[in-house]
Amino acid sequence: MSELAVDRDVDRSKMKVSDEVAIQISQMNKWYGTFHVLRDINLTVYRGERIVICGPSGSGKSTLIRCINRLEEHQAGQIIVDGTELTSDLKNIDKIRSEVGMCFQHFNLFPHLTILENCTLAPIWVRKTPKKEAEEVAMHYLQKVKIPEQANKYPGQLSGGQQQRVAIARSLCMKPRIMLFDEPTSALDPEMIKEVLDTMIELAEEGMTMLCVTHEMGFAQAVANRVIFMDQGQIVEQNEPREFFNNPQSDRTKLFLSQILGH
Amino acid sequence: MSDIHAQTAYVRTAMLPQAAPPVRETGAVKWVRENLFSSWLNIILTLASIWFVWTVVSHLFPWFYNSIWRAKSLTECRAIRDATLGPDASAACFAVITDRWKQLLFGFYPSSEYWRPTLSLVLLVVGILPMLFTTLPRKLLWGTLALPFVLFFLLWGGSIWTTVMVAAGFVLGFAAIKILTPIGGAILAAIGAVLIPILFWIYAAGPLAESLHSILPIGLEFVQSKDFGGFMVSTVIGVAGIALSLPLGIVLALGRKSDLFIVNKLSTAFIEIIRGVPLIVWLFTASLLLNYFLPPGTNFDLLLRVIIMVTLFSAAYIAEVVRGGLAALPKGQYEGADSLGLSYWQSMQLIVLPQALKISIPGIVNSFIGLFKDTTLVVFIGILDPIGLTNSIRASTDWNGIYWELYVFIGLMFFIFCFSMGRYSLYLEKKLQREHR
Repeated sequence: MSELAVDRDVDRSKMKVSDEVAIQISQMNKWYGTFHVLRDINLTVYRGERIVICGPSGSGKSTLIRCINRLEEHQAGQIIVDGTELTSDLKNIDKIRSEVGMCFQHFNLFPHLTILENCTLAPIWVRKTPKKEAEEVAMHYLQKVKIPEQANKYPGQLSGGQQQRVAIARSLCMKPRIMLFDEPTSALDPEMIKEVLDTMIELAEEGMTMLCVTHEMGFAQAVANRVIFMDQGQIVEQNEPREFFNNPQSDRTKLFLSQILGH
Repeated sequence: MSDIHAQTAYVRTAMLPQAAPPVRETGAVKWVRENLFSSWLNIILTLASIWFVWTVVSHLFPWFYNSIWRAKSLTECRAIRDATLGPDASAACFAVITDRWKQLLFGFYPSSEYWRPTLSLVLLVVGILPMLFTTLPRKLLWGTLALPFVLFFLLWGGSIWTTVMVAAGFVLGFAAIKILTPIGGAILAAIGAVLIPILFWIYAAGPLAESLHSILPIGLEFVQSKDFGGFMVSTVIGVAGIALSLPLGIVLALGRKSDLFIVNKLSTAFIEIIRGVPLIVWLFTASLLLNYFLPPGTNFDLLLRVIIMVTLFSAAYIAEVVRGGLAALPKGQYEGADSLGLSYWQSMQLIVLPQALKISIPGIVNSFIGLFKDTTLVVFIGILDPIGLTNSIRASTDWNGIYWELYVFIGLMFFIFCFSMGRYSLYLEKKLQREHR
């Protein structure tokens, strides 16, 4: 296991959870055809929370966070993001998507654009930011993820870790209030996982609201304020990390933890 | 690890100098031996191939080499051949090209106006350069945008105000999009952008052009479409078809991939019906059947009808090629664009199409080449393209009985066009591959 990937002290001074609700999911259900993937999901995320979602493959954890920015459509229940309810109204969807950043397992950078163009595209076209300003913001965030020197290269010329950091910078350029991470380190070589996790920790230290689907339990212990365990499309258990790892309540959670931490 | 045999221990005392490889293993000798004479079977095949090539060339070469370029008729050609080479010599009579090349290029276009199609061709080549080569300044693209109207005016002539009114319709459509999108959204804007120009052309354009012409009569001699002919007509149909079918094909491909039920089914039906029927049938439909459906007395230009049919036909093929490109794009690209809040059209324009079209370049150019060669089919509906002109050239007593020379010339002209298109597509593929790595 890669608990080793987080080997530095995490500064928790700015990680403050407020009373303001960022995401409210109530009685949400989703089906793929007749297959019931998400069942009665109830979840309230407060501003400033760092939530790690884990669970066996096929448990619906990716589907859950993909519902939050409507990459997947839910069929029953309610999802309210920043006070806007997700319905089939395209205007609401685009508004929420521009407020919610997302990082994917396979980065999904645009290979025909340079790193800088990847980062300035959405600010220029969605936010209507002037090009020069958008480039300055992009360079600021590229500096933050420590690859400003790659700005004029194409994604294909970068390593996997670098690409994922560009993907994070690309999301940050839209100044999102919430960040979703869908297994951001699963497609990376072990030595690159650390650089991506470091970037994510820095983001958490600045007080970003984060939902991460990940198997990096070291990251969960160091950063998360809440860990959610999902199985068969349901939230089985959630707790603060220390309790979650040391004193799991459900048998499923115990089995899962013993499998991923056992070797 | 320590028990190495005495023999295996070794120390080099003198370094070897560079030596040349054996003659058998270098240069032409090696190439010939490996590629032409590597085994008995290959030796036989090589010799047979050489014999075959020699037979073909030895028959064709004298025909080209002895060719006669100055004569007024086929009889004169034969007389020259008999006098200089003997009665049975093989000699091409390319004098027919020297004599009739203007007709092959321009058909029955009035000879005093030949400068107009010639200038059009020059403008066309210059005008599309900024589109073909992205290193040229982007501002030149405005010139390319005006090009269709300039060419239309040059080729058909008439009052300049007709052309201005046609262009004004497009400007109105564009203005409708700009004004209506903020008011009523994309769908209302699209309807407005189609309806307003059409209404303008039907009701306002004619009278407006007439009154403007009476105030300021500027224009060129009007040339009817039936006088268009030769390579000019092939190029007009081919270039117009290519320019119009690419955008239409892209729209159809997007329509076929759309989630909107009616858009999806309409696009699919359109593509399948157009693609499932031979082009020649569509051309006959254009030339004969459409007259039955149009109100009596309307005179809808035949060349325009053919251009529309060829465009629709080619668009159906291009739509399928582009759909292949869209399908080859990873789903993550769509999701990446969505997650940033880009609208459908923004993500198509900025993310999906640039990549999908890059994948589709070979197929698109292949369709263009097919379209260009298919323009020769218009001979069957009475348009005098180069093939059609060979018949009228043979109809004169001077050139009765001449076949090969004309077809060789026409074939060569088409080959030059199509080969350059193929080369350009290769250049584009290589360039985009370099850029995106």
